[in-house]
This record gives sequence, C-alpha cells and structure tokens, in this order.
Amino acid sequence: MMQINETLTLENQLEKIGSLLLLGHRFVTMTVVDKGEEFDIFYHFDLDYKLTTFQLVLPKGAELPSISGICFAAVIVENEIQDLFGITVSNLAIDYEKHFLLAEDAPAQPFCRVPGVGITAVATDGKGNMTAPAPAVSNGGDK
Amino acid sequence: MSMLVPFGPQHPVLPEPLQLRLELNDEKVVSAVPVVGYVHRGLEKLAEQKDFIQDTFLIERVCGICSFMHSMAYSMGIEELMGIQVPDRARYLRVVWAELHRMHSHLLALGLLADAFGFENLFYTIWKIREEIMDAMECTTGARVMLGSCCIGGVRKDISAEQAKFVLEKLNNFEKMFKRSSEVLMGDYSVKERLVGVGVIDGKKAYELGAVGPSLRGSGIAKDHRMTGYAAYGELGFEPVVEKDGDCYARTMVRVRELYQSMTLVREALAKLPEGELKTPFKGNPSGEAAVRVEQPRGEVLYYLRGNGTDKLDRLRIRTPTFANIAPLLTMLVGCNLPDVAVIILSIDPCISCTER
Repeated sequence: MMQINETLTLENQLEKIGSLLLLGHRFVTMTVVDKGEEFDIFYHFDLDYKLTTFQLVLPKGAELPSISGICFAAVIVENEIQDLFGITVSNLAIDYEKHFLLAEDAPAQPFCRVPGVGITAVATDGKGNMTAPAPAVSNGGDK
Repeated sequence: MSMLVPFGPQHPVLPEPLQLRLELNDEKVVSAVPVVGYVHRGLEKLAEQKDFIQDTFLIERVCGICSFMHSMAYSMGIEELMGIQVPDRARYLRVVWAELHRMHSHLLALGLLADAFGFENLFYTIWKIREEIMDAMECTTGARVMLGSCCIGGVRKDISAEQAKFVLEKLNNFEKMFKRSSEVLMGDYSVKERLVGVGVIDGKKAYELGAVGPSLRGSGIAKDHRMTGYAAYGELGFEPVVEKDGDCYARTMVRVRELYQSMTLVREALAKLPEGELKTPFKGNPSGEAAVRVEQPRGEVLYYLRGNGTDKLDRLRIRTPTFANIAPLLTMLVGCNLPDVAVIILSIDPCISCTER
C-alpha cells in the first residue's frame, strides 16, 4: 500500500519539497485525484528505491503554486495537470496555457469528475461507451 | 541572431509525432521546447470506465513496444491492493517475457538510432536480428508484441520444455548475430564520430532532472528498479549496467550491454523455472492506494492505483519513462548542432505513445 509521508499546505509546499530535494531525493512525478469538492495532489520522490509521497489537498478553484522553479523536472507534469484537470498552476517555468496535450477544440478538463464537463460532456450510450458527438452548429464561417 | 525552427512533428527519423521548437543561433541549439499532444488517447480516463480485469488488456496498449511490462506493472499494483501472492513459476515467466521485451525494444531503438545517423546497413541488420526475439515471443505466446500473457495473480500462458528449447536456440542465434553488430556499434569510426561527446548530460544534472533508465545509467548513476527484486529478479543475480560519459555513445552502450544482460537473465530464468501453478485465483475488488514501479526498457515506470471496493478503479495514473526523460532531453540539446538533434532525441529512445497515453 502507498504511504503518505507528509501532508503539505499551500503555505509550506515549496519549503517542504525544497528540503526534500536538498536531501538528494529524485522527483518521480505528481498524481492528481479528483475527489469531487477537492483534489488530492501527490508529489512522488525517490531515494534509494524508496518512494516518498507528499500529499496536498487543493480545493477546487484554488491555484496550485508550481514547483518547477525549484524542480524543473516537474514542469511537464504540471502542464499536463493544467490540461487534464483544469487546475491553474501558477509560476510555471514553461506555461502551455492548458494546451500542452490538448488541442484548441478538445474538451476542457477531460479528467475531471464534474457532470457535463470534459469527457462527460460527450454523449454516451448509457453503458459508458462514447457515441458520435452531435454535429457542430455552423457559425456561419463558410459564407 | 537567433531563429526558431520547428523540428517535427513529422520528421524522417522520428517514429512517432513529436515537435521540438528549437531556438537556433546559426547551427547551434540555444533552447528547445517540446510540443506534444498528437497521440493523446486519454487511456487513464478510459481505465476508470472499464473494470479492473479489462484494464489489464487496455493497459497493454499504452505502448506497442513494452506492452508486457505495462500489464505486469498494472497487475502488480492490483496484486498489492488485493494481497495476492503470485506463484513462483509465474514470477519467473514474467521475467522471461519482460526481458524478451527489453531485448526487442533495445534492438528497435538501436536500429532507429543507426538510421538516424545514416548507417542504413546497420539499421537493417539490427532489425533483422530483432526478428529472432520476435520469434521467441511468438512461439511462447502466439503474439509478437501484445503478448496478453500477464494477468492479475500470475500469467495466462505457460512455456513448455519444447518452447523453452526454441527460445534458447533463438537466443543462441541472437548472440552470434549481434556480436558483429555490437562490435560495429562499439568500435566503428563513423558511429563514434556521431555519438561520442554529443548530447552530454552529467550524472548530477540527469538525476536532478528526473532522468530514468539508460538516460540516467549512461551518466554514471546506477539506478535500475530491478534491483528491488520484484518478480524473480531478486533471485537472478542482477546488477545495473552503467556507463559514465553521459553522451549519446554512453546511452547506446548501456543498451548494447543490457541486451547481453537480458539474454543471460532469460537463460537463467528458464534454467531455474520452478514447477507449479501459473496464477493465484482471487475474489473481490481492489480498494486502497498503491504505487508500483517497474524497470521498462526506457526506464522506471510508475503506476498509481486507487481502488474503491468496486470493480472500477477511482484513479489510474501512469508515469512512463519517456515522460521523465523529456526534461533531461531539453538539457542535452542545448549547445548541440542542428544535425545532432535527431541523434540526441533517439539516444533517449523516446516513446511518444507512452508519454501521452
């Protein structure tokens, strides 16, 4: 079972992660879990094959401070989180503005569990299988 | 005066779509920014909508090269959540198929690298040798890439004595055939001209940037998750392959040496293959959280699973090795010449399907 080593707050997040990196931990990745009202943000690090996981509970709508300033390895996954969960990550070293993985016309926040948002906005047949999307309404651009 | 050059997404040496926006000063790369998203499939989300047994097959399709290791890592995660003990025979069989996958993946990567630096004959030869490994996988599972042989609780297929003999014959053929190619890779003047001193990253920097697999071991850091002894690695006398120079040549040499190491591991696993069951039956649904890591050909993969006691997972997260190697790649590219960009990209053996999932 995965062990949570420490719970972070928005105030001490950078300090705690910075201290861990100074101890020689390697950044592995971040994981986001949508819990409905809030997100679980997990920061995974490795030292000598031992996984250390920090947890940060982020209310929906709150901004997540980027750790890419102290750990550039996180910049890719933080951009992915912006795309897939719609979380705004502040002070990113490289900011793709929520279009790192997703195209301009892709559903926003596709990994969120909000009815009518992201992938749940796409029509399904009631068994969880996606059906063909409704035809787009013409905006008159062909005239 | 600098200029921006889009490298990819369609490029003759890139097997999958990836764009790098290169800032160039004359022929020198000043900076590189990756642009991805061409093959994003949302597999993590799809996995939440299938049941956890179906996910074993879905997960294999994350990658067309190291598919077995994806299904193995996922199965290990579910086994951890449900407290399932995998039978000894299955643990050894997992090593056999995982190492065969590593061999075909490394041969594929070395062939593509040879193609990237213009050594067409070497590319053809290495891919011809790869067919020996593909034959071994096809004989034992009926499939060349998507083996479908790993399942939760063990393995779905067995390797008979005749099949084991065939695999060993194929490994002997591989050893004879690859000897000449590895001599060329290790010692040929033109190969060294294109690889030595190109795309250098030192061990400290590679570690800080989260590099994994041959991209980290090629910079002198002996990190290989097989050292933790998962499956049957703990019983097979395994030591990581390390090179210290941190350039494209060092990363290539790690793969060349790992091919011989994988061959030894397969032989040893088949020789020690214990009798017994192939899988442990189980009932119920997974609950709780697990984070499992496995060493794939390109490096460590992490699977995070959260079960809720139903047949569907709350969350499945996959961090693939190429995803971790993108940040180090951006550092390797700075200061290189434009013609070396393709070689440096292929020296990390990128898998974009894995990266985007």
